[in-house]
Amino acid sequence: MIEKRPLANAISHTVLILGVLVVAFPIWVTFVAASHDAVRMTQVPLPLLPGGHFWENLKYAFSKGVGNAREISVGMMLLNSLIMAMMIAVGKIAISLLSAFAIVYFRFPFRMGFFWMIFITLMLPVEVRIIPTYKVVADLGMLDNYWGLSIPLIASATATFMFRQVFLTIPDELLEAARIDGAGPMRFFKDILVPMSRTNIAALFVILFIYGWNQYLWPLLITTDKSMYTIVMGIKNMLEAAEEAPEWHLIMMSALLAMLPPIVVVVGMQKLFIRGLTETEK
Amino acid sequence: MAEVSIRNVSKSYGDNEVLHGVSAEVKDGEFIVIVGPSGCGKSTLLRMVAGLEEITSGKISIGGRVVNNIEPKDRDIAMVFQNYALYPHMSVFNNMAYGLKLKGLPRDEIRRRVEEAAKTLQLEDYLGRKPRQLSGGQRQRVAMGRAIVRNPAVFLFDEPLSNLDAKLRVQMRVEIRKLQHRLGVTSLYVTHDQVEAMTMGDRLIVLHDGHAEQIGAPMELYENPATRFVAGFIGSPAMNFMEAEVSDQKAHIGGEAALPCPPGAPGGKVVIGVRPEHFALAEDGAAGLKIHVDVVEALGPDTLVHGHIAGQSEDIVIKFHGSPRFAVDSIIAVKAPPEKIYFFDPGTGRRL
Ligand SMILES: Nc1ncnc2c1ncn2[C@@H]1O[C@H](COP(=O)(O)OP(=O)(O)OP(=O)(O)O)[C@@H](O)[C@H]1O
Ligand SMILES: [Mg+2]
Repeated sequence: MIEKRPLANAISHTVLILGVLVVAFPIWVTFVAASHDAVRMTQVPLPLLPGGHFWENLKYAFSKGVGNAREISVGMMLLNSLIMAMMIAVGKIAISLLSAFAIVYFRFPFRMGFFWMIFITLMLPVEVRIIPTYKVVADLGMLDNYWGLSIPLIASATATFMFRQVFLTIPDELLEAARIDGAGPMRFFKDILVPMSRTNIAALFVILFIYGWNQYLWPLLITTDKSMYTIVMGIKNMLEAAEEAPEWHLIMMSALLAMLPPIVVVVGMQKLFIRGLTETEK
Repeated sequence: MAEVSIRNVSKSYGDNEVLHGVSAEVKDGEFIVIVGPSGCGKSTLLRMVAGLEEITSGKISIGGRVVNNIEPKDRDIAMVFQNYALYPHMSVFNNMAYGLKLKGLPRDEIRRRVEEAAKTLQLEDYLGRKPRQLSGGQRQRVAMGRAIVRNPAVFLFDEPLSNLDAKLRVQMRVEIRKLQHRLGVTSLYVTHDQVEAMTMGDRLIVLHDGHAEQIGAPMELYENPATRFVAGFIGSPAMNFMEAEVSDQKAHIGGEAALPCPPGAPGGKVVIGVRPEHFALAEDGAAGLKIHVDVVEALGPDTLVHGHIAGQSEDIVIKFHGSPRFAVDSIIAVKAPPEKIYFFDPGTGRRL
């Protein structure tokens, strides 16, 4: 837009600023609450300016647990979430890359059958197949460990399709040139397909990491051992303190910490992420 | 170095046969151009030599070894693709080095070979760049470099110049020819451009609808085309064809005018062909072939006259030296030397 229209500019800026405020206000409240002590958080009106207990609360969160999740420190829950989210994101990408590779580049019997089988899983998210999946995971002895937390969430039709589309845009001559150069299938995959899908992998990683990080229902179901709690379900547990009032300052500190890794991932991979979603030049 | 022998090779995609038994013997160090119109099966033939396409029937051997069931990488060939097929994420150096790395050559040997090729192709300054940071001509040279470093027995080119602009194409045409001459590597070169074919090839294979219409040196095909197709395809502008009735050593065209024929010319209904450059103005206006002038194109050294003869379906192109002037819609009378007139069977298109 090169034209200058002051009124339109003012309006769009107002709308944008309002939008930012709406998003930012709860985060500000969270931050403020995380910097007060328990006493202040039980008095009305609730504070709108930061207090002086931020570092103290932070230290507490990394050493001890809160509320119903008292047995595990917030730091440990963050670590659990991180491991789960990484396993899901990396696992999904690895599996989808390989299955897209198979579907696009190999002629095997029932190829289209497999393609449709993957497609159908789109209609069966975890929530729908939760009981049979639970049974399978339980029978495999994967309750209360990282495998159980991540493996059932790894299969991904969406990512498979995305990589399939990416591979389909890669000209056949590249495969042929690689064949003449003496690259076998896995060489071609590793040396050419994967590097060429780099930006798409990054974009997908961001999306999948956040997807994994935000998982609530599945971890809730399969973890009974509190040492395996993830941060998202942990926060919910903190609210259900048996006798005492919820320790809002610590809960808010946990919430604040829980927001950090997704932000780090998004900011860190922002450039690749945007290129991955927009770039078509191959 | 190696000879390539293609023996009665056919290719079918399902029920659709696209090559019907093509045979050709390529001598060691020869530059063979496979030429023909779009869709005639040139790429298919080349890709079968490369091993990228299965051979339905027939045999292909390289250096005396039948390669029908040998993987492309083991055929000792290198191929240059029309769209270059450079690895977009690799630097120019790595593009050229990739095949050598996979072969397991030592590092310094790879470096030496790539640098030597880069020097030959004037790519030294670009070794660190990615393909997308290069111009079309530079990419083309990288593709050539990737072929050269492999030190293959046979080069295969599939329309390597068709993505370049006209001027660069002429330049690269000469470069490729020089390079091939120096390296002495047997080459198969596919193009649909007959000028490229004429200027580059030691010999040409003219493909038409999956048949090899004629195989021979460029001038041989120009002077002695075996079929109407070859006659029309080789030479630019293309040969003119006219329906004629031959009797008394005269070809009667459209009933009125006649061209004198050489002794021993076939009689009856034929198609006669005369190249644009073999026509000349008839001094004695009445005796010549009457051409109605439609368009005059002055090219500088030559002038092309596009016109038609009353009663003939195909237009006529005549090439005059220099820049004689003709008025549009005028009638000019032309003649052709009898020995420069070709006779073709109107049905089969065979030369008579
Ligand atoms: N994979 C395929 N499946 C079916 N038919 C094919 C296939 N590849 C090529 N053909 C057919 O084979 C014929 C020859 O194709 P080819 O690519 O060899 O033509 P070409 O002479 O190289 O043409 P161009 O100058 O346009 O590149 C064409 O009619 C084409 O439709
Ligand atoms: Mg082709």
